[in-house]
Amino acid sequence: MRLSIRNPADFWSGLLFLAVASVFLWIARNYDFGTPLRMGPSFFPVVLSVVLAGIGLTTLLRSFAVDDARLDGFALKGLALVTLGSILFGVLIERAGIIIAVSAITLVSAYASVKFAWKQGLIMAALLSAFCALVFVYGLGVPMPILGSWFTD
Amino acid sequence: MDILSNLLLGFQTAGSFLSLGYCLIGVFLGTLIGVLPGLGPVATIAMLLPATFGLPPVSALIMLSGIYYGAQYGGSTTAILINLPGESSSVITALDGYAMARNGRAGVALATAAIGSFFAGTVSTLLLALAAPPLAQVALKFGPPEYFSLMVLGLSASVVLAHGSLLRAFGMIVFGLLLGVVGTDPNSAVQRFTFGIPELADGIGFVTVAMGMFGVGEIIRNLENESDRAVFVSKVTNLMPTREDWRRIVGPILRGTILGSALGILPGGGAMLSSFAAYSVEKKISRRPSEFGKGAIEGVAAPESANNAGAQTSFIPMLTLGIPSNPVMALMIGALIIHGIQPGPAVMSQQPALFWGIIASMWIGNFFLILLNLPLVGMWAKMLTIPYHILFPGIMVFCAIGVFSLNNTSFDVYLMAVFGLLGYVFAKLKCEPAPMLLGFILGPMMEENLRRSLTLSRGDPLVFVKSPISLTMLIIALLALLMVLLPSFRKTREDAFVEED
Repeated sequence: MRLSIRNPADFWSGLLFLAVASVFLWIARNYDFGTPLRMGPSFFPVVLSVVLAGIGLTTLLRSFAVDDARLDGFALKGLALVTLGSILFGVLIERAGIIIAVSAITLVSAYASVKFAWKQGLIMAALLSAFCALVFVYGLGVPMPILGSWFTD
Repeated sequence: MDILSNLLLGFQTAGSFLSLGYCLIGVFLGTLIGVLPGLGPVATIAMLLPATFGLPPVSALIMLSGIYYGAQYGGSTTAILINLPGESSSVITALDGYAMARNGRAGVALATAAIGSFFAGTVSTLLLALAAPPLAQVALKFGPPEYFSLMVLGLSASVVLAHGSLLRAFGMIVFGLLLGVVGTDPNSAVQRFTFGIPELADGIGFVTVAMGMFGVGEIIRNLENESDRAVFVSKVTNLMPTREDWRRIVGPILRGTILGSALGILPGGGAMLSSFAAYSVEKKISRRPSEFGKGAIEGVAAPESANNAGAQTSFIPMLTLGIPSNPVMALMIGALIIHGIQPGPAVMSQQPALFWGIIASMWIGNFFLILLNLPLVGMWAKMLTIPYHILFPGIMVFCAIGVFSLNNTSFDVYLMAVFGLLGYVFAKLKCEPAPMLLGFILGPMMEENLRRSLTLSRGDPLVFVKSPISLTMLIIALLALLMVLLPSFRKTREDAFVEED
């Protein structure tokens, strides 16, 4: 009998749970386990990791036994660009300032849409960065520079 | 009467000009954001939470409750007008609400939802005011073992009520509990799982996780099949229900309110369960069951009342025990903690103005909702015509700025990106994020109470079954889990979730 993955959602989530449990277990070996009476810092996480590993393993095994629908495709472009946009915002906000950071996250994430158009994107970036500068920096006093350390030093 | 003087105190607190203002702003902002497609109450509250940081605790909480009701109503509006429910509890509303809209009765559907919500809100606020004090009295007797068992009960209920695979829901809870442990261990001051990153010493921020999983993750999901989403926004014309409509909605609203109030107290997703249960009850007892799904007004009135009643009564465990029954309540607890209030039975006796102010503001919030939404319904409908590809970059910007402003650090923005990615992957793998979030917020509390229980009992694990309250809760938790394993219940549960999709 050939083993085949009949339930991909179970298969991948099982692997994911196992991976998370192993990472937590691996790191927790540095901490004191203690005794039930005086639990150390790793007691609770280790118990949980073992439970999670058990769930992960069961899920993984079940994926070979119980049928379920295939997973539909991942929105890789959206996933990559939206994540990249957020990271760019984080990198740029203090270094380049809010105008550039907001423009960057707007354009990069907007590019993920199939309906993206450059002209519209640029207008959106301009409007959003002006709005955010006015409302968040001047209005609510969130400590974000208009122009960041790259320009002021 | 005690309850009257308490409510009076509440209305004095919430009825001040300032509080009324914040409540109104909250309802307005909540509806404004909630009406945007793809943003449910959790993402909306997470996004607007930073805006309340500068306010005094009472005003902040009042504004947040306003945001919550607004967001919920906003979700129903999108469900009715464009068949795009912002959250699971308005999925049911979309069935008949959207059908009504296609029949040219969008206005009546929206008005019915508002009227039903208002009535349910009024009743369940009263219920909350009546039930909270005795419950808090009981809760004051709770020691660490009782709290621990209560959380076990809450988590098992959220497994039972989650969609799809039980095993995966269970895994998500444990994953959430583990994430909650990240940060400094309060007992030994050891930094756990922080990878030496100073920003993680205080643990992972709850708002960051919520915003990533529910905000960013949802955006990525919506980008999946962008092109085949046809937006048909119904024209909103006549709002007033006819005499015949009134006659037909009275019963469903009453039954929905009762069902919703009862189910909302249950931990783990009261609002969704209530709206579904109310809908199926109406369908069963209706003389015209064939009309359901084709624009039966009962199919809007019942779930909307139930869902609002459930939303209200889910405050009961949060306010009296400090235990969140759903992700929204978890956010509220997060907000309370940020304002230096540890939620629990002591809040009522130590800060009566805050406690009763929140309860009174719930009613006021519901009142504003009806006042604001019926006249403004045209404007909300306009907002729905904004195409998604214009909308979502703006949502991304607000999420990023919101998360950044929590601690003024870019690290939180990176973390949000990671959780956005995780949220999307979990959604693809059909793993529910709500149980994970519940586990995440309960993780530290559970560990603390487990530790204390075992220290008190000198390491004897039997402490959890020796206390009758704790034992009862553990038995209920066990029964709930066993029940799900029963084939007959399993089938009902699966049917319930299938009908919804």
